Amino acid sequence: MTDKDSSSNEAYWRENIGLVLKLLLVWFLVSFGCGILFVDQLNQIQFFGFKLGFWFAQQGAIYVFVALIFFYVAKMNKIDQKHNVHED
Amino acid sequence: MDIQTLTFILIGLSFTLYIGIAIWARAGSTQEFYVAGGGVHPVANGMATAADWMSAASFISMAGLISFMGYDGAVYLMGWTGGYVLLALCLAPYLRKFGKFTVPDFVGDRYYSQTARTVAVICAIFVSFTYVAGQMRGVGVVFSRFLEVDITMGVIIGMAIVFFYAVLGGMKGITYTQVAQYCVLICAYLVPAIFISIMMTGHAIPQLGFGSTMSDGSGVFLLDKLDGLSQELGFTAYTSGTKSTIDVFFITAALMVGTAGLPHVIVRFFTVPKVRDARKSAGWALLFIALLYTTAPAVATFARVNMINTINGEDMQGTFHESAPSWIKNWERTGLIKWEDKNEDGKMFYAADERNEMKIDRDIMVLANPEIANLPNWVIALVAAGGIAAALSTSAGLLLVISTSISHDLLKRNLMPRITDRQELLFARIAAAVGITVAGYLGIHPPGFVAQVVAFAFGLAASSFFPAIIMGIFYKRMNKEGAISGMLSGILFTAAYIVYFKFINPAANSPENWLFGISPEGIGTLGMLLNFGVAFLVNKLTNDAPVEVQEMVEGIRYPKGSGVAQAH
Repeated sequence: MTDKDSSSNEAYWRENIGLVLKLLLVWFLVSFGCGILFVDQLNQIQFFGFKLGFWFAQQGAIYVFVALIFFYVAKMNKIDQKHNVHED
Repeated sequence: MDIQTLTFILIGLSFTLYIGIAIWARAGSTQEFYVAGGGVHPVANGMATAADWMSAASFISMAGLISFMGYDGAVYLMGWTGGYVLLALCLAPYLRKFGKFTVPDFVGDRYYSQTARTVAVICAIFVSFTYVAGQMRGVGVVFSRFLEVDITMGVIIGMAIVFFYAVLGGMKGITYTQVAQYCVLICAYLVPAIFISIMMTGHAIPQLGFGSTMSDGSGVFLLDKLDGLSQELGFTAYTSGTKSTIDVFFITAALMVGTAGLPHVIVRFFTVPKVRDARKSAGWALLFIALLYTTAPAVATFARVNMINTINGEDMQGTFHESAPSWIKNWERTGLIKWEDKNEDGKMFYAADERNEMKIDRDIMVLANPEIANLPNWVIALVAAGGIAAALSTSAGLLLVISTSISHDLLKRNLMPRITDRQELLFARIAAAVGITVAGYLGIHPPGFVAQVVAFAFGLAASSFFPAIIMGIFYKRMNKEGAISGMLSGILFTAAYIVYFKFINPAANSPENWLFGISPEGIGTLGMLLNFGVAFLVNKLTNDAPVEVQEMVEGIRYPKGSGVAQAH
């Protein structure tokens, strides 16, 4: 492994960790935040036939989870390419 | 045609399909047996993972559980889906790059220690057996209600089918049968849900019907109606729970982290060709799971409103038992519904207080739903086939983990390193056969504690595997001393807490005696934190992991150069 490779590898890893932390923050906010910790406050808001907090806990969080993974996949494929660590 | 004939035909057809796939996808090497040759398409692997993950409990019991828990049911909905985000972002791609067959493989190699491997093997086997016993019970319930065969006979038929394709096909056979099983189970779940949604709210999509007004012309939102009914009958409002916030938080976290640490889920990601396939595959898996998991709370609500209306009547005065619809009598025969006419007026009444005369098992909510809603007979038969598909697919995945743990981790990597690939494959098949026999025995004679030990499975996975794997990937200096002491303290703490409240002193199992108000179901989260804490502390006091191990960790962080999973 040359020096150039290893510095690029480090940058790759940093970028990866940054992305993962950001996505995990969203993950935490929709489930533990909206669905559990702030559920009572959000339940004051009506969202169609749902109380909003209840909707997050039983529906919304799951939709966001799915979106998060597909977003991560797309983003990581780009980061892999950028740092030239992708598979052939 | 009557329900029983239709059920026989549908279940027979699905079994023929599974066996056909098994013959087509026989395994010829350990590599095919353990990881399906590493050539599974990510979408197919996503479906297989979803079928693997959604057990008889998800299919049969979950909507019923939610139906009785209301808001609190969210712990299962978020807990059993949120773990896939952790899997996709923090585990699956790296474990795929690592390129071995099993979770104990990773733990053993990463922490350069047979002790670590052995701890991991024991946890993997324990977790998987716990689970498999519950699956076989699910098969028994479905068979006894819909085919009216003896539970024992039902379990034996189920065992024979799993035996055939798991022992013959290994991971390869299991993967492709799971794809078929996913299709069967999701249809079986969605079809009645759509029918009922249309009937109750006029919406074809249950997820929308769930938040709509009732179609009876009253203009009341379904959930508001249910909140009102619940309070009238002495329950708490459906959309607000009874558990404390801290307990909901910890249970959800334990289930999420436990999911991400379950060996039979993790190994599925060893079967795809590339690292980027592992990531994508986790996304597809969650999408396929979410289809069922977002429908379940809608089904729970529909079923509860329906059930209350049927039993208590539109006027809330109760209905006469002799004129009760046939589903009540059908399920009374199985013992899952009980009616005791306390005030001797010949009417049934369901409530939370002393007016209550009904005992309703939560397991019937999904199975009886099509009957409650008067759906055609073929829908009822389809639900039976779906329940069996869910139970079989999960059992097969778990049996594979058990057989791999024994033939690969215990024999090949530990006790008998010199056996050939062919001998190892033979041992794997023997172990799978023994595993099925034990699981079948547990299904016919279910230990009374199946429900309790499920908390164990998640708690142990959360407090042992998850931290060990995360630190193994993201903290390369973590050494074996830290990892092993972390795993042991996490497991021992979690196990001791659960054993105390579930087995030694169940009478004390109430919020005021719990540590920080955390129930045994949620204690795995604390066990996980303890694991991390102890591991870091011990790591600080001992030498960092050797340089070559750190280099290996470095290697799994970059996708480039991943090959097919290898034994060595």
